[in-house]
Amino acid sequence: MHVAVIMKQVPDLVEELEVDPGGKLLDRSWLRFIPSEYDEHALEQALLVKEEFGGTVDVFAVDIGEPDEMLYTALAKGADRAFKITGEFDYGLNNHTLADVYLPFLKREPYEMILNGVQAIDDIDGPIGPILATKLGLPYVGVVSGMKPDPSTGTVHLRKEYPRGVLAEFRVAMPVFIGIQAAMKPPRYVPIARIQKAMRAGGIVEVAAEAPLETAQQVVGFDVERMYKPEAGRGAEMIEGSPEEIAERIFQILNENGLVR
Amino acid sequence: MNKHIIVIAEHMEGALADITFEMLGKAREIADAVSGSVTVVVLGKDLEPFVRKLGLADTVLLVEHDALAEYVPETYAQALATLLLERNPWLVFFGATSMGLDISTLVASRTNMPFLAMAKNVTADGSVVVTSQIYGGKMFLDAVVTTFPAVISILPGAFKADAGMAEKETAVERIAPSLAESEIRTRFEQLVHPEAGDVDITQFPLLVSVGRGIQNKENLAVFEDLAEKCRSAVAASRPVVDQGWLPMTRQVGRSGAIVKPKAYLAFGISGAPEHVEGMKNAELIIAVNTDKNAPIFSVAHYGAVEDAMDVAQALAEKISGAQQ
Repeated sequence: MHVAVIMKQVPDLVEELEVDPGGKLLDRSWLRFIPSEYDEHALEQALLVKEEFGGTVDVFAVDIGEPDEMLYTALAKGADRAFKITGEFDYGLNNHTLADVYLPFLKREPYEMILNGVQAIDDIDGPIGPILATKLGLPYVGVVSGMKPDPSTGTVHLRKEYPRGVLAEFRVAMPVFIGIQAAMKPPRYVPIARIQKAMRAGGIVEVAAEAPLETAQQVVGFDVERMYKPEAGRGAEMIEGSPEEIAERIFQILNENGLVR
Repeated sequence: MNKHIIVIAEHMEGALADITFEMLGKAREIADAVSGSVTVVVLGKDLEPFVRKLGLADTVLLVEHDALAEYVPETYAQALATLLLERNPWLVFFGATSMGLDISTLVASRTNMPFLAMAKNVTADGSVVVTSQIYGGKMFLDAVVTTFPAVISILPGAFKADAGMAEKETAVERIAPSLAESEIRTRFEQLVHPEAGDVDITQFPLLVSVGRGIQNKENLAVFEDLAEKCRSAVAASRPVVDQGWLPMTRQVGRSGAIVKPKAYLAFGISGAPEHVEGMKNAELIIAVNTDKNAPIFSVAHYGAVEDAMDVAQALAEKISGAQQ
């Protein structure tokens, strides 16, 4: 199986997010980036497929945020090739533009499956998977948490999640684009030493973007007026004090509602 | 311009999903304000029983075909793209759900219609302004629609389902779409329901729920102890289940259970929209999180910025003391 994985960097939500002075974008001067969580599951699922069926895993990322560590980690985990697409990028590119950046590279190789995370926290113009699948003319299934390729028939069996724990099973002819909700196993841990070894080996392939980037910061068809933080704790009565004092107050509230005795 | 809003209905196993009514209520409100109209589009087979429940629509459009009997992203996207190009609406509403995540973007891409995701609100006072909730609920973004038709995906729970429910007669239109079936490479096989066996987290009056903030599997013991003292069970947000710390039967949210307990204690849960979807209707929500900006505090009735482990331990001791 020849599998491609699209990964991207997103702001780390553990850090404080701020709006830039223009009021329409995140302030990028202090942003810390991490791999999009769902993309890490997509990589894991691709590696699981490779382990069971053989083949290769190629990982693609654009040069936004800090992709090098993410790509070296992917190589250390077992990816065969890692491509960093370079260009005049800035954080905030919409997914329609990003899809055009990825497109020529995905067209060049006969991938049987292309995987990425079903969504990311900054997918304001929709997840990139269905956009790319449309441009590539491939079938797309998202919110997938289980798969079993059948190379003999050229198909893959997919499990898509619905509400209340219900799963829908599909069989799709490859090539196919799949939006991963969760890999069949948690993303593997890789020791720092192996990542450092991959870094020393310098295995990232840098390729220049070929798509124009005029629409970089826009959401086509929409005019962003402002970005702002929701009012913190809106509606919630905040309980102050030590953990014991907070527990005491929670106990009181539960007790008043007859929920603990 | 004819301000025609199309709402794409969702249904499964013979029942319309709440998101359909949530979108319909909002579409009706906007259409009334701008002298527009609302069509609900339902795809599938044998759809007649749904019509009466969609009384707030001006028209219910039933798109019936054997190939649409079950949801298949490729087939639904093909049928909807053709339909939307023919009807030329003003706005199109999809749910930001498991099905909607696929087909809203597929359809927008096929039709080249602009698309805005994760809408928490839509207003049409002069211009159409969409408020989207991004970065896991940590930021809002207001965007004015400049190109029509525009496709908007609506977050479940953004609007009240009750506002979209009315059983009355409405105009019905039926079409049998011509589908290029030979082009469809995706085949639906079956639905698989979760096995019974583990606890049913929808049945407890009080739920102790944990998120990524509990940091590791070993720390679960503290919350299991608290849950036992509350005669409850431990539920969880998605990351905890994905890590394999708890089984899927304990998951609350978009792909998991929709719970409505009397009290929901959220420990170390940030409150991403996918999770809130499953617990927002709890009668009482108490959240403990070290991040004062965690979106969970926007849906909680009470909140505390503190370490979840410390508070859970202290609460378990408090309950133990009271029970002795």
